Amino acid sequence: MMNNQYKAIDPVDIDYLRSVCGAERVIAGKDVNDDYCHDELAGIHCRPDVLIKPQSTAVVSVVMKYAFEQNIPVTPRGQGTGLVGGSVPIFGGIMLDMSGMNRILELDEDNLMLTLEPGVLLLEISKFVEDRGLFYPPDPGEKTATIGGNISTNAGGMRAVKYGVTRDYVRGLEVVLADGRIVEFGGKVVKNSSGYSMKDIIVGSEGTLAVVTKAVLRLLPLPKFKLSLLVPFPDLSSAIETVPKIIKSRSIPTAVEFMQREVILAAEEFLGRKFPDNSSDAYLLLTFDGASKEEIDLAYHDAAQTCLNAGALDVFISNTQERNESIWAARGAFLEAIKASTTGMDECDVVVPRRCVAEFIKFASSLQDKYHIRIRSFGHAGDGNLHIYALRDQLGEEEWKHTLGQVFNEMYGRARELGGQVSGEHGIGFAKKGFLADSLGVDIIGLTRGIKAAFDPKNILNPGKICSG
Amino acid sequence: MKIAVCIKQVPGTAQVEIDEKTGVLKRDGVESKMNPYDLYAMETALRFKQDYGATVDVITMGPPQCEAIVREAFMMGVDRGIILSDRKFGGADVLATSYTLSQGIRKAGNYELIICGKQTTDGDTAQVGAELAEFLGIPHVTNVCRVLKVEGKSITVDLDLPMHIETAAIQFPCLITVEKGIFEPRLPSFKLKLATADRKIEWLALKDLDDRNEMHYGLNGSPTQVKRIFPPESHSGRDMWEGSSGELAGRLFQMLKDKKFLQQAR
Repeated sequence: MMNNQYKAIDPVDIDYLRSVCGAERVIAGKDVNDDYCHDELAGIHCRPDVLIKPQSTAVVSVVMKYAFEQNIPVTPRGQGTGLVGGSVPIFGGIMLDMSGMNRILELDEDNLMLTLEPGVLLLEISKFVEDRGLFYPPDPGEKTATIGGNISTNAGGMRAVKYGVTRDYVRGLEVVLADGRIVEFGGKVVKNSSGYSMKDIIVGSEGTLAVVTKAVLRLLPLPKFKLSLLVPFPDLSSAIETVPKIIKSRSIPTAVEFMQREVILAAEEFLGRKFPDNSSDAYLLLTFDGASKEEIDLAYHDAAQTCLNAGALDVFISNTQERNESIWAARGAFLEAIKASTTGMDECDVVVPRRCVAEFIKFASSLQDKYHIRIRSFGHAGDGNLHIYALRDQLGEEEWKHTLGQVFNEMYGRARELGGQVSGEHGIGFAKKGFLADSLGVDIIGLTRGIKAAFDPKNILNPGKICSG
Repeated sequence: MKIAVCIKQVPGTAQVEIDEKTGVLKRDGVESKMNPYDLYAMETALRFKQDYGATVDVITMGPPQCEAIVREAFMMGVDRGIILSDRKFGGADVLATSYTLSQGIRKAGNYELIICGKQTTDGDTAQVGAELAEFLGIPHVTNVCRVLKVEGKSITVDLDLPMHIETAAIQFPCLITVEKGIFEPRLPSFKLKLATADRKIEWLALKDLDDRNEMHYGLNGSPTQVKRIFPPESHSGRDMWEGSSGELAGRLFQMLKDKKFLQQAR
């Protein structure tokens, strides 16, 4: 069993932390804003005893050294946009608000690498690099998330079909270890066969192994031309079953998303603006990018023809900024819109092999009748990562918990049968720990805990998450 | 009902280069698109087509490459396309543009309703609609934000004016310019692209118009003198505030008010 006995924070600790971090950067007790006690979905609420807003790696190091000596839990946090409770300080203690370490340190155009601090927001990265004709491909929906948070969850996003996920773009990391030592993993190299890939263990570790204080990201040249196709289908099955045909064709889309009419209607109501088309039951949204207009035209013609042959009602073309904006504004608001339509919800972020997507969505949808709750879904049909939401509506607390447990057990069980995994991109955090343990099994969870113990022998780094007690 | 929609091809991005001497847009090598405001005009017309069985024509003036936006209009459901293209039309200001369009429209047919967008994203003058109506000798209203009803020989609309909404009934034939957001414009259809690939577009040059006096068109017909043209200044300062949410909200409200970003509530 891992240690969960921690020293309670006292005035001496606060005085010490103020003396090393600067008084104005240390907020204690009731002065900590409630925003720091929860994330955007997971439904748990825990208050840190002290909130620290570090401005440098050195300060993070000093805090970790002290926490290690004193046996105080430490939870790093970016913008708190997570969905599984990863940034919620379950055991109180110290919270490190990393959002103030938000400088872009270097753009190395010879190596096409960007070095930055963990608090830089995704929207700031894309603006910075795209202004210079460069491209950071990972594209999670939540643009106000920090890069540190994205690294911690190995965030994926819409463009994963063609470009991969955050891990594929992290080349180097500077981290502060549990005892305060500062080390660097990886670097500005394209290949690396030098022992275990430590940076890849840190990516996706949700702050349980070390605190990321600097990252080196790989960039690509910016594809200048973009085009989206919004493809209406008579029903969800025919939409989803078209996806493998598109992926098999010559042109690889950057994104393949599916959406249903009911979610579009919810987004329209939420945003107070109309989607360009809402007359069909199901849609695929395909995006293409390329270096020339000709390249894109060729790609989209092929895909459009494939869709029509597969039973699409039409194929709508979105080829300007305004048109893309009218589609993606709605797509970006799906989660918030579903949330606004009910009293509470929880999410299943499973990933299954791409050929099983249609089967899985049909299965998830069938649970609505079986358990008498509303289930909504949308997601990345192209990479097999689904976002399926169970909605609470009028259910009482007990009934909701009970039903949710049954529904999620069914969904994660079926995902496992299909060769899927618990989380595609949101992480495990606190909320999905049980499902991860079931899915990985005793042997792998044992190995995972061994890695955790090697990095964090006192279990002070974000305890209670992923695999730790 | 016969409807004409005026459309224009504009540069695809906000980074427009302008010839400092002549004040004319540099179009070479620039990606272009249909003026976004015209999409709302076209959508309004296409809704009439759906609801009342109208026919929708588009008319544009520009160099030969503006065929692309007429093809795109076909992909959205427009029936007929007319392009006014002649070197002698080049360098036109709003007055010469409106006059040329009025000549083209007279040639193209008798329309009950002409719809224009609010303005273009390149020139931003928002004058062509009104001037065109004057040249055609028909009534017009601008800033139409809602269509209330179409009855017999007239249309009733709401106008979004700075301090209030005005409801106006206007008799056909007439011209309206519509606001952004009156309807969400539909997307071009790939099916219609295939179906209209061979549709003929009608090209009109100076020799095809009733008034063939060169002095009424292009640079010759433009009284506007461009003195200087320059990009607007922009600032990108950043100001960080800290405080309680109540204080910050109050401060933000005051700042927006002082800088006149807040409109008077209706």
